[in-house]
Amino acid sequence: MNGINVTATAVFIFFFALVTILGFVAARWKAGDLNELHEWGLGGRRFGSWITWFLLGGDLYTAYTVIAVPAVVYAIGAYGFFAVPYTILIYPFIFLTMPRLWNATHKRGYLTGADFVYGAYGNKWLEGMVALTGIIATMPYIALQLVGMEKVIQALGFPHEGMAGHLPLTIAFLILAVYTYRSGLRAPAMIAFVKDIMIYIFVIAAVIIIPAKLGGYGAIFDSAQKDFSAQLATNPNVARGILLAPSQIWPFVTLAIGSAMALFMYPHSLTGVLSASGPKAIRHNAISLPAYSLVLALIAMLGYMAHAAGIKVDNPQDAVPQLFLAMFPSWFVGFTFAAIAIGALVPAAVMSIGAANTFTRNLWRPFINENMSPSQESALAKLMSLVVKIGALIVIIFLPTQFALDLQLLGGVWMIQIFPAIIFGLYTRWYKGGALLAGLIVGLALGTYLSYGPASWVPVSKAFLGIPLYNGLTAVIANVIVATLLSFVLPANKSDELTEADFRDARA
Amino acid sequence: MRYILLLIPCVASVATWLYNISEPMLFGIPFFYWFLMLLIPVSSIFIWLAARTGGDEL
Repeated sequence: MNGINVTATAVFIFFFALVTILGFVAARWKAGDLNELHEWGLGGRRFGSWITWFLLGGDLYTAYTVIAVPAVVYAIGAYGFFAVPYTILIYPFIFLTMPRLWNATHKRGYLTGADFVYGAYGNKWLEGMVALTGIIATMPYIALQLVGMEKVIQALGFPHEGMAGHLPLTIAFLILAVYTYRSGLRAPAMIAFVKDIMIYIFVIAAVIIIPAKLGGYGAIFDSAQKDFSAQLATNPNVARGILLAPSQIWPFVTLAIGSAMALFMYPHSLTGVLSASGPKAIRHNAISLPAYSLVLALIAMLGYMAHAAGIKVDNPQDAVPQLFLAMFPSWFVGFTFAAIAIGALVPAAVMSIGAANTFTRNLWRPFINENMSPSQESALAKLMSLVVKIGALIVIIFLPTQFALDLQLLGGVWMIQIFPAIIFGLYTRWYKGGALLAGLIVGLALGTYLSYGPASWVPVSKAFLGIPLYNGLTAVIANVIVATLLSFVLPANKSDELTEADFRDARA
Repeated sequence: MRYILLLIPCVASVATWLYNISEPMLFGIPFFYWFLMLLIPVSSIFIWLAARTGGDEL
């Protein structure tokens, strides 16, 4: 690196300062008593269709996604596009299930998925395991947001190594921690407006300007395929190309399905959904949020544009930042990098809030102190949001990035295991709490076992008839079989406070 | 009907045997890519139709 790009850095700092101010101002937005957890941690459930659209869009399509998806496309091609079927599958699912979940949680005052699980099955061990799974899977996800941020800060010309290299990241993250502590979910909701608009602007600019400079989309795909063919000639073991190789089809399909099942089990996704003002806002979003999937697909194409632009990087995750540096004037580079960095702040904030709500409500309350007042709950959650973020920062600074990447991969495999407890519970109470707990534990163990490889953790294995399937999906099938068989023999649930009417829209 | 409408884009999105081909191209983009991108707004329409036929409040 030859020094800092001053213009880009100035633009970057300007936008970063802007959202910092918003983060603090947000405390007074749609004013509520932030000493209550549903106000701090769910924005008082007052976010209408538009705010929810920006918040969920900012929350689900993270900075890590903007870096990682085109990185996979750059490295191996069409396989990285699994993110598109994945994000298509999500919305019919949200449309069906999430209004039901919102209705039940609103009616009964639940703040988290694990709250709902306890209400449905009356089993605090199941509640605790659901909560613990969510928190452990979220931690590395927050850490990876930091990786996304660090990539663009380094691309601005800041040093890669040593404590000085981590300083800008540390400062940015501490600022985030302070305003999340103060403003709760209102902060990322407000910042999401800025972030999402910036992302739309840079993506539209990128997919028009870059192909124009590189000779059109035809030339881009041709040069990507040429690079892949050359790579295949030297290393035929890793399938690559602008179409799926036969060996990639099952992993592609099962990874898309499994990831779609896992996404809305994460505490941060549920936090985004439950903070909506009602089932109508959620349905509107199931129809309108795919706009972000289109953006994601266009971002994925940046991986090919990097080939056509002749970008050669050792770490594929540097491909997009380097492409922008090569293609855009400095001020616009600053703008796009700021969009990516701010794109890390929104999900990192919501993730830490989701994990903090879950810790407070579903681990501390049932197992440590059953009689917490609302202000004690809120104080503990605020504190936990700090602990979670500082934990993520320490992981990134002191451990190799690969550690967070491996944990993130395992996190998806684990997260999908709470799918039966939450989603089946929306439709039937036939399953027994103890049976779901046993299924969950089997799923976690099997998923982890399948993902273990002698050289590295792997997402796909040939456990069933030699077909390569996503481990999360294989494990959740075992999970459901165990839960179903045990539900025949175990005694009835202790309590079930939910009725079918709780799941239906309240009539005005 | 509601469930069938929701299922159609889901099945199409993972029907790789249908779209894992490069022809016909559109503006130099292989079929694989423009099919998936076109499917995104199409899936929105199907969800909207499902809401309509299912009587969900919008």
